[in-house]
Amino acid sequence: MQYSKNQLFFLAALRILVGWHFLYEGLIKVFNPGWTSKAYLLSAEGPLSFFFKWLGGSALATAADIITIAALIGIGLALILGAFEKVAAIAGIALLAMFYLSHPPLPGLENAGPSEGNYFIVNKNLIEMAALGVLAYFPTAHLLGLGYYLKNKASAEAGQHITG
Amino acid sequence: MSNEKKSPDNGRRKALKGLIGLPFVGGVLIGAYAESRKRKLAKRNILDELKIEAMRPESSADLSGDPIRVGIIGYGGRGQHLVRLLGFALPSWVARMKEEENEGAIEAFREQENLNVKLTGVCDVFDVYAEEAVAAFPDCKRYRTYEEMLNSPDIDAVVIATPDHWHAPISIAALQVGKHVYVEKPMTHNIRETYELREAARNSKAVFQVGHQHRQTQSFITARDIIKKKVLGHVSLVQTNTNRNDDNGAWQYDIHEKASPNTIDWDQFLGNAPRIPFNKEHFFRWRKWWAYGSGLSGDLMTHDYDRINCVLEMGMPKYVTASGGIYTHNDGREVPDVFQVTMEYPDFSTGSSRQKGIEKGMTFMYSATLGNQFNRSTILMGHDGTMELGNTLTIFADPGSTRYLDMIESNLIQPDVPIYSYNPEAEQVDAITSATAKYFADKGLLWTYRDGKRVDSGLLHLKEWLNAIRHGTPVSCGIQEGFEEAMSAHMGGLAWKLGRRIEWDPVNEEIIALPGENLDEILLSTNVGEYTAMES
Repeated sequence: MQYSKNQLFFLAALRILVGWHFLYEGLIKVFNPGWTSKAYLLSAEGPLSFFFKWLGGSALATAADIITIAALIGIGLALILGAFEKVAAIAGIALLAMFYLSHPPLPGLENAGPSEGNYFIVNKNLIEMAALGVLAYFPTAHLLGLGYYLKNKASAEAGQHITG
Repeated sequence: MSNEKKSPDNGRRKALKGLIGLPFVGGVLIGAYAESRKRKLAKRNILDELKIEAMRPESSADLSGDPIRVGIIGYGGRGQHLVRLLGFALPSWVARMKEEENEGAIEAFREQENLNVKLTGVCDVFDVYAEEAVAAFPDCKRYRTYEEMLNSPDIDAVVIATPDHWHAPISIAALQVGKHVYVEKPMTHNIRETYELREAARNSKAVFQVGHQHRQTQSFITARDIIKKKVLGHVSLVQTNTNRNDDNGAWQYDIHEKASPNTIDWDQFLGNAPRIPFNKEHFFRWRKWWAYGSGLSGDLMTHDYDRINCVLEMGMPKYVTASGGIYTHNDGREVPDVFQVTMEYPDFSTGSSRQKGIEKGMTFMYSATLGNQFNRSTILMGHDGTMELGNTLTIFADPGSTRYLDMIESNLIQPDVPIYSYNPEAEQVDAITSATAKYFADKGLLWTYRDGKRVDSGLLHLKEWLNAIRHGTPVSCGIQEGFEEAMSAHMGGLAWKLGRRIEWDPVNEEIIALPGENLDEILLSTNVGEYTAMES
């Protein structure tokens, strides 16, 4: 895929910014040993709230905490460093979908969580999901990121990179 | 040619392109570390400053040995609940729970701790209640009168859940024959019998416990430590409330279809109450009449008074005033349904952080309505902090605090964010330092019992009583606590009826009466308009 300079700049910036957001959320939770997703899960609302409430109350809550932290950090690192960006972006969409569905900004739901703005169906989780979709299908890691080495290595192995 | 010349530079540029993410990773790492360090430091500083020791639920008591043989006197709604906690549920209750799709209640009953009790007797003046118990529980014998039960060699201890006017007479009789007593609140129905019961308890070797089960609530035990550490500074005002808005809450209980003079021993029900003809409503909704119940002062204020007395140990008030009326359920009842009490403690203090002598005295305020259920929480208001007290416990620093002045100025404490929260279920004590955590704390979501076992505090209270019977350990709501609870409630009732400030004489331990006044007569009088008459 050919990008203009500006296209590449903004796509890569988007990738790094979303990655930053994921990584920071993950690290803050690691550094705070008291953190748990329990309250967040137990306060779930909307059509799927039964599932999240069950999860929050079950023995799996601890596993959910660990998976959430690992996913946030993994996705964050992949996006910032630029490696496996497509896998990371799709995993990010899945994670955000869980957040979105557990507290959907639907009219009439009071417990949608503390927020600094006003949302109707569309909230920042949904927008970030769309951004991740863009990143999944407009790759930049092979141009700006670790993907650059991976690509060259792959090309070398495939014998496509011709050296003089 | 030109390619060869540029290649080293080009390679470096390409390497940089590959590693472009690294500085950003470094930035996030530094940021996250600094932020979490700041939070941890703030939390540690606050907890170091407060030095609160959160109490954990005590380990289980030794309940082994022969079962204690318990008789239940008064097997209505509350009596049946207490007996379930002792381990005996009626099949009709199980059926009702199933019908109401409340499987959780049945499961909780099955999982509750076995207190090693044998239910050997039931005494109820309503045949249906007594016969149901006899039919359901093999060891349970029916006694027609409480005297008969108290004289039986098959009974070690009695649980008394009768209407209020029977609490003291039965308790006294039981203690005199050495039977252990667990009696529902309020401990007594009038002033005279409060002294008599205290005398009986002091002279008896039997264990006496008043059924204020919230004394077992762990947050209250922690609250005591918080007061001791002077976290709130001088508490000048305590606000407690009752808010209900349904028939059951207004004591409009169902009248049993089988109730009749043939199935109810009406004379025995009346006891020391004025003789009136058989009346189903009086029998099932006795809380609405002064002859058997105690109105909001005895029925519900006693809960809040004792909760606070358990935390502050403030004892008897010096002055009590009251107001209110029948404003939401004018259905022939005598007791008020909107009711306020203020109790004055001019010499009481929880400690002061200011110059000596400037802070002293406290008001305890109780406010109730049976016509609205907006949740007003229990609040202890001190110069340095505010405590919101329930199953959980939350403390806010006061913006005008002397003790926390430095910490507020240096932004370590924010007055609108709790500096301490306690949840008996949680893994650890937390000093909340974010708005999100505050949001969840406000909602009570950090400490729901959904996943853990929810233990009924009534069970713990009964267990403490049984443990005291077995091992001579102390009870948390004995005769002194009961005396203070009952006398304070009677002062509240009197203040409402007389429309004047009622004073306690701490030296003679009595409520001061004006010449010619018979306070017990006034307290139990059925004349609703009496207090308004005094006002005019």
